[in-house]
Amino acid sequence: MSELTTNNQSAQEFLKGLWEENPVFISVLGMCPALAVTNTAINSLAMGLATTFVLVSSSILVSSLKSVIPKQVRITAYIIIIATFVTVVDFALAAISPTIHKELGAFIALIVVNCLILGRQEAFASKKSVGLSILDALGMSAGFTFALLCIGIPREILGNGSLFNISLFGDSFEPWIIMILPPGGFFMLGFLLLGFNWYTEKKKERNLLKQERNSTNQ
Amino acid sequence: MSEDNVNTVLSLTSEQVPESEPSSLKLVLALGIAGLLSGIILVGTFIYTDPIIRANKEAAMKEAIFKVLPECTDYTTLILENGKLTEKIIEVDSKKEDNKDELLVYAGYNESKELIGFAIPGSEPGFQDIIGAIFGYNGTEKIIIGFEVLESKETPGLGDKIFKDADFQTNFTKLAVQPEIIAVKIGQKQNPNEVETITGATISSKAIIRLLNKTMAIWQTAIDDYIKENNLTVSEKDE
Repeated sequence: MSELTTNNQSAQEFLKGLWEENPVFISVLGMCPALAVTNTAINSLAMGLATTFVLVSSSILVSSLKSVIPKQVRITAYIIIIATFVTVVDFALAAISPTIHKELGAFIALIVVNCLILGRQEAFASKKSVGLSILDALGMSAGFTFALLCIGIPREILGNGSLFNISLFGDSFEPWIIMILPPGGFFMLGFLLLGFNWYTEKKKERNLLKQERNSTNQ
Repeated sequence: MSEDNVNTVLSLTSEQVPESEPSSLKLVLALGIAGLLSGIILVGTFIYTDPIIRANKEAAMKEAIFKVLPECTDYTTLILENGKLTEKIIEVDSKKEDNKDELLVYAGYNESKELIGFAIPGSEPGFQDIIGAIFGYNGTEKIIIGFEVLESKETPGLGDKIFKDADFQTNFTKLAVQPEIIAVKIGQKQNPNEVETITGATISSKAIIRLLNKTMAIWQTAIDDYIKENNLTVSEKDE
């Protein structure tokens, strides 16, 4: 029985990042990369994976070192840890794929200041066990990657007529250039936020109705 | 007092105890160790990835050179010093950072070791950011024979036609550099030194023309001199 509840709790820690506490759509964190590098699906995916690596590795370190790091200098220590992993990603990406590295440009280095990452260290990893922190980090970064792809895939399809660089419509399609320009990022994010909020509002109303019906039945 | 209240009081006091200011030495030490470890990890990563990154850059450069100099199979790197071109000695395994200020061109040779031309890199501010490009230059006929954009943040769909538009690229298959290259509208090219600009991307097109003219001004005399010298040495050595 107790095992079941811990399993449930673990699953909960992972799943909340994907949907209920989605970093982009609900917490509206990490807007800078979410708008700037999502002009193609492959860039979105690369940014998502880079963030995943940094978030998971820093969460492991922060939660296992939480008793060693003095409270007064914790933020500085987190930044050192995060910055180290970001630089590792920067080098690794330049070695693995120079083209993607060039397109993401300064935004790889800027993962350091992504509020999502520092936020998870302060709010979660520094208080919970290593296992839960990993699950939380994985869930949050999966949610972040999912959100970036939600923005990036339609932007590439509409703005370039392709998906992961594979042409979809042939020559007859006139690409909506604006979608791969910065305004396209704002449009897409705006629509998605609208959709998300509309959905949660509807859900709330439905729950309220259900409760009312239950109470009248009783 | 209920049990809960006792607990909260206890936990409060126990939390307050460690907060009684750890010595600054401890704080400095904690950050110092963190910095040290981070430094070690970064140096390790750098040592491992640096050769791969360098190889990638070199491969990209090589590809660009072969693209702007058709039929080129081999090249040597030349450096401009005191107005003269000399062969740059490239140390294998050198850990030195490439000096960004030094002026380099690449002399391309075909299979029978004949000089085809020079691949010349240059840069010029475009509409958004600096445009970096490389072009092939035939020194004996004084024409540009190939052109490739290496770096550009020009507007997608408009300015990026400088490297996506095939028609614009045909400007650079046989473009005279003397007298100075000038811009004309599409369909009005009459002289060999004219470039047809892209409709909707005039600023980017003109940036390319400025880039070509400026870069040629730097290299023209040095390359002329080098060809004269080179002809001499080739006939003397002969093999």
